[in-house]
This record gives sequence, C-alpha cells and structure tokens, in this order.
Amino acid sequence: MISQIVSAVGVMIVGVFACALYYWLSDKILNLALPVRDGDVTQASRNLNRRAVVRPWLFLGPALLLLGIYLVYPVIATFILSFYDRSGQTFVGLSNYRWAFFDAGFRQSIFNNILWLAVVPAACTFFGLVIAVLTDRIWWGNIAKSIVFMPMAISFVGASVIWKFIYEYRGAADNQIGLLNAIVTSLGGDPQVWISMPFWNNFFLMVILIWIQTGFAMVILSAALRGIPEETIEAAVIDGANGWQIFWKIMVPQIWGTIAVVWTTITILVLKVFDIVLTMTNGQWDTMVLANLMFDWMFRGGGDSGRSAVIALVIMAAVTPIMVWNIRQANRDAGGH
Amino acid sequence: MANLVTRLKRVGLPRLIVHLSVLLIVILWLIPTLGILVTSIRDKDQITTSGWWTAFSSSTQTSAGRLGDPSSAKQDGANYVITGSVFEEGQGGTVRAFGVRVQDPAAFPAGEPADLGEGETLTIESDGSYVYTKTAPFEGSRGKRIYLTVATPPEFTLTNYQTVLQGEGIGQAFINSLTVTIPATIIPILIAAFAAYALSWMSFPGRALIIAMVVGLIVVPLQMSLIPLLRLYNEVGNFFGTSSKTYAGIWLAHTAFGMPLAIYLLRNYIAGLPKEIIESARVDGASDFEIFVKIVLPLSFPALASFAIFQFLWVWNDLLIAIVFLGTGRDQLVLTGSLNALLGSRGGNWEILTASAFVTIIVPLLVFFGLQRYLVRGLLAGSVKGG
Repeated sequence: MISQIVSAVGVMIVGVFACALYYWLSDKILNLALPVRDGDVTQASRNLNRRAVVRPWLFLGPALLLLGIYLVYPVIATFILSFYDRSGQTFVGLSNYRWAFFDAGFRQSIFNNILWLAVVPAACTFFGLVIAVLTDRIWWGNIAKSIVFMPMAISFVGASVIWKFIYEYRGAADNQIGLLNAIVTSLGGDPQVWISMPFWNNFFLMVILIWIQTGFAMVILSAALRGIPEETIEAAVIDGANGWQIFWKIMVPQIWGTIAVVWTTITILVLKVFDIVLTMTNGQWDTMVLANLMFDWMFRGGGDSGRSAVIALVIMAAVTPIMVWNIRQANRDAGGH
Repeated sequence: MANLVTRLKRVGLPRLIVHLSVLLIVILWLIPTLGILVTSIRDKDQITTSGWWTAFSSSTQTSAGRLGDPSSAKQDGANYVITGSVFEEGQGGTVRAFGVRVQDPAAFPAGEPADLGEGETLTIESDGSYVYTKTAPFEGSRGKRIYLTVATPPEFTLTNYQTVLQGEGIGQAFINSLTVTIPATIIPILIAAFAAYALSWMSFPGRALIIAMVVGLIVVPLQMSLIPLLRLYNEVGNFFGTSSKTYAGIWLAHTAFGMPLAIYLLRNYIAGLPKEIIESARVDGASDFEIFVKIVLPLSFPALASFAIFQFLWVWNDLLIAIVFLGTGRDQLVLTGSLNALLGSRGGNWEILTASAFVTIIVPLLVFFGLQRYLVRGLLAGSVKGG
C-alpha cells in the first residue's frame, strides 16, 4: 500500500518533470537548430521567422496529439465501426442501424432519454433560478447556496447510494428505514418499492441528478442576476410593478442567454447520464438509457462494437446542434476581439 | 447590489416567507447526505430496526424475559418476595413499560406497582430492578414470563468505518483513487497551459480552426471514444505483452478527456492578460518560453486552480472511465468502482454502504468547502464539462 503511494507520487513527479523537460528541451533544440547570433543578418532574420513558425507547434504538440488520439480519431473510428459487424471485421452496411430502429430496448432507451431531457434541465434551471432569487435577499443566503451547491462535489455513485437509502423498502410489517417510505407510511399509505415501479422509477432516478445539478444552475444564474442593471429594476418599481412582474418581465428576459447556457450544459450532461442508472437499477424495470445500453452492448456476449457504435452515434447526433452553436458563439466572441 | 436588494425587499415577497422557503430548501438538500452520515456511525443492528432520524432519541424495543426462580423467593412477613434485575449482566437500557401477557406487552408503566391478581404485585423500576411479591408462596419451578418495553440510549460507533476500510477493501480503493487522481489532475494542467498560451499569444495559420475544434470537442460524449480506445488499448497491451489495464493508461485517458475544457478555460484567462506586460517582455528580448514560465504561468494561478479543482472532482468521481480502462482487481479498483460493486454484493448492508459512501465523498467535499471560491470562478469562466 505504501509502495503504491510512493510509486504514484514518483510517477507524478517523473511525469510532470518529463512534461516540463519536453517543453524546455524542444525550445532549446529549436534555438540551437536555428541560430540567430551569426554574422549573417539575412540568415538570422530568416531563422527568427522560422522559429516563430515552428514554436507554436512545439507548444501545442502534446495537447494536439492527445486530442487526436483520444477524441478525434475515436469519433471517426466509431462512425466507421457502426457499419461493421460485432467484431468490427465485416462490413454490414446499415444493418446495425436497422437493428436499432426495430429494437425494443433501443426504443425504450430513447423514450427514457427524452423523458430525462424533458424533466431534468427544466427542473434544475427552474429550481436554480428560484433559489438564486430567494437567497439573494437574505443575510444567510451564501450559506444556503453552499449547501445547495454541495452535491456538485459528490460522485454520481455516492449520490446513488445516498438516494437508494432514501428509497429503501421494507415489508409493510417492518419499521421503514427509508425516509420516503417512512413518510408515506406515517401518512397512512403503503410502503412502495420505488425503484422497480415502471415509468415512475425514471423520475426517482431523475431526482438524484436534479439534486446534484441544481447548485450548478443556481451559481451561474445568481451571477447573471447580479449583473442586471439596477436602473431597469428601479424604473419598473417607479412604474408600479410588483415583485412577481419584476421577476418575470424585467429580470428573466435579461438573463435569457445565461438560462440557455445552463439549459444546454445540463442537457449534454443528461444525454450522457450513466452512473446513476448503472448503480440504481442497471437498466432494469424499464429505466434503460442510451449511455447504459451502449455500455451493455460493448461487453454483452463478448461485445458488439457495431451496435454499440450506433448507440454512441445517436448520443453524438443529439449533442451536435449544441456543439455547432457553441462553436459559432466562440467564433463570434473571437471576432469581436 | 445592496441597493438592488433593498429595492426588491420593498416590493418583493414578505421576508418571512423567503426565509422559510430557503430554510425548507436547505433542509431538503441537506437531509439525504445527513442520512448516510448518521447511519454510517450507528450500530449495525439499530440501522435495520429503526430509521436514522430516530438515532438521536432512544430506540424502544419489546423483549421477553423471565423473573427469578420461585426458589429464590424470600419471606418478608406475610409476603414472599423475589428481587433482582430484568437485565442480564452487561445489558443496559431504560424500562418504559412491562406486561405479563404477550398480547399486551406494555400493560403497566415502569416504576408503579402492578397488581397481577391472585395476590401478586410486580414493580419494575426503570433501571431494571424489580420487586415481585405474593401473599402466598410462589409455585412452579421456573420464573415468571414477562414482556418489557426497553428504551436503549443512542449508540454511535466507528466500527462500520473500521469494517469497510479493512474488511471491504475501501482503504485500498482510497489509495487507488489517489493514485489515479493526483497525476491525472496535474499533468493536464501543464500541457493545456502551454497550448493555451500558444492559442492566445502566438500567431500561426490554423489558430482559429484549432480553437473552434477545442470548443467543439468539449461536448463530444465520452461514449464516442470508448470502443476505439478499448480496441487500441488491447492492441497496445498485446503488442507489449502486458495488460491493457494500467494506471498509465487511465492517466493518459483522463488527461486527454480533460484537455478540451482545460485549454478552453485557460485560453479564456490567458488571452485576457494585459497585452502590455507580454509585449514589453518581448521587447526586452524574452523568448516565448521565458514569457510563459516567468510571466503567464504565475499570473494564471486562479485559472489553473479552478481547472485543477474541476479535474480533481471529475477524476475522483468518475466511474465510467475507471471501469473501462482499469481492472476490477483489488489493486486497481477505485472508490467509485468499489462502491458500485458493494451495491451489488452488499445491497442490504447499509452499515457498509453508508460508511463506504461517506469515505468516497469526504475528499471531494473537503476540496469543495475549502476551495469553493475557485470552483465558482471556474464555473463562471464559461463552460463546464459534465460526467
């Protein structure tokens, strides 16, 4: 155990040192290869120019290499694999896509993903906005915000254990140790096995993600609310608007851009939701979502890379509009510089 | 800001309602975590019999026992008396009520003499001592059957933590998580910072394209990478005749997956540094390498810290990459993976699950509360990557 820590620390130091050495050494070599202190002025200035051409690529090299191997190449390879059979050897045309179209499990996952997409981003944004507005008005608002923000630090697996305990079921004769069933029985209801209740169990899983992500929405929206010019609110007050009207007609329209950012960020997260479903139900009782179905097919019966790739591509396709929008936004920002 | 608040107050909701609603929200958000924290330090038997919210009050249980043998009776004037304690050696608690029939186990309150008929009187004090008197000699060979409602005081213990850290391999998993997380947090910072500098302060053809690519890659789902990388890792493993599941493999994977966000966040920050500083350094003859190391890196500390926290939380909390790129042996299973495995194998053992979960979440929580400022700053700097 100790030796493992020592080796981890050692590797870390070596790794960081090797990284630093690469940048330092490549810079030195470049300077030696293209000297500028010669008598020949034209040669020196030519070398200076060459250095300026090469150096950015030395700085970018490791990053581009990693991005290329781990993100760009796999995207292309996954696309190609989707036209091949389970072992990735034989070209099968569109048969994996045809399978997906007619497969009940796939349709169930799409349906569940749409359900998640309809509920979670909206709920997080709504609660985040409400909490941001409320906490801005009280002296202990920052403490309250910290507490709502806290689940962001908790892993999805940890959060799943936390909530599984809340949903815990005991027979009607026993004392309920799950909070939800205890509340239900104390109100005179019968205890339920919440996570195996088809259709509704999806919502019990969504609650976990909402619990985690509302803090994110709250932090971003709270900052946006503080950026609203005071004059607009003052003017509304003078015109006799009430709190409700100020919120909906003055404040919300001014932060639409931020709301969109929060919404899309959570949307991307929801499309990739995996850990929660894996740990809570592993897709049983009709809770399967795309990311879990994809993972299943990656390993089920030795793995089927073709079908798995098709499912990954569906997630990718759903993300693509947001990706395009982000790139355009970034380009516009860069243009305005 | 303060002005805005006062204005809102003047027109807004009554303050009390605001306070109460925020209080309700805070309680709602806190209770789930509190539940596992309290449960993890409770006695294993109490966890299964009562809800964690009762942990701070005494738990009451109904149990059966026997009074002393008739042979132990002493004569006291006209009466025969048996005395003793209903608790066995080492047992403790507070007797709330008692009874002599199973249908009515709490018929008499403790501390008051109960008339059992036929001249028998039984008094059981709350500390368990009893006096059982009868106007005639006791008959039979065995002691009288009684039923007790006993309240045991709340009992907290760290045994569960001891069990999971040693017996369930959570201690080893904790070390494994650290082994994965620390290099996977530090290495990407350096690589991304150099790239971010190049993308902010060096001009070269294709710069805008690379920036656009980085922005695009931020949202590419991990799922797109898994299949080809799994194949690639297996091939590399076969080529070198080693396992494809190594720590080096997961460090590189985490470094690469964190790279787009790292470059994006750091570039936003580094590009915003004052132009004058960098240009005057150039005029003084500093090379780009020197400018980066001596000026840009120290000035970018807040951005580097923000990203480091993101990456740390993300790597520590990750499950998917760990189960794909690391083995399931004890020497490689990280905390999230162990917790997931325990959910399968120890599904009902809440004392183990809650203690393990708390070990898993304590480090990110400490990081969160210690460095929240940087985390918020990083979030506001633009974007965030999700699991």
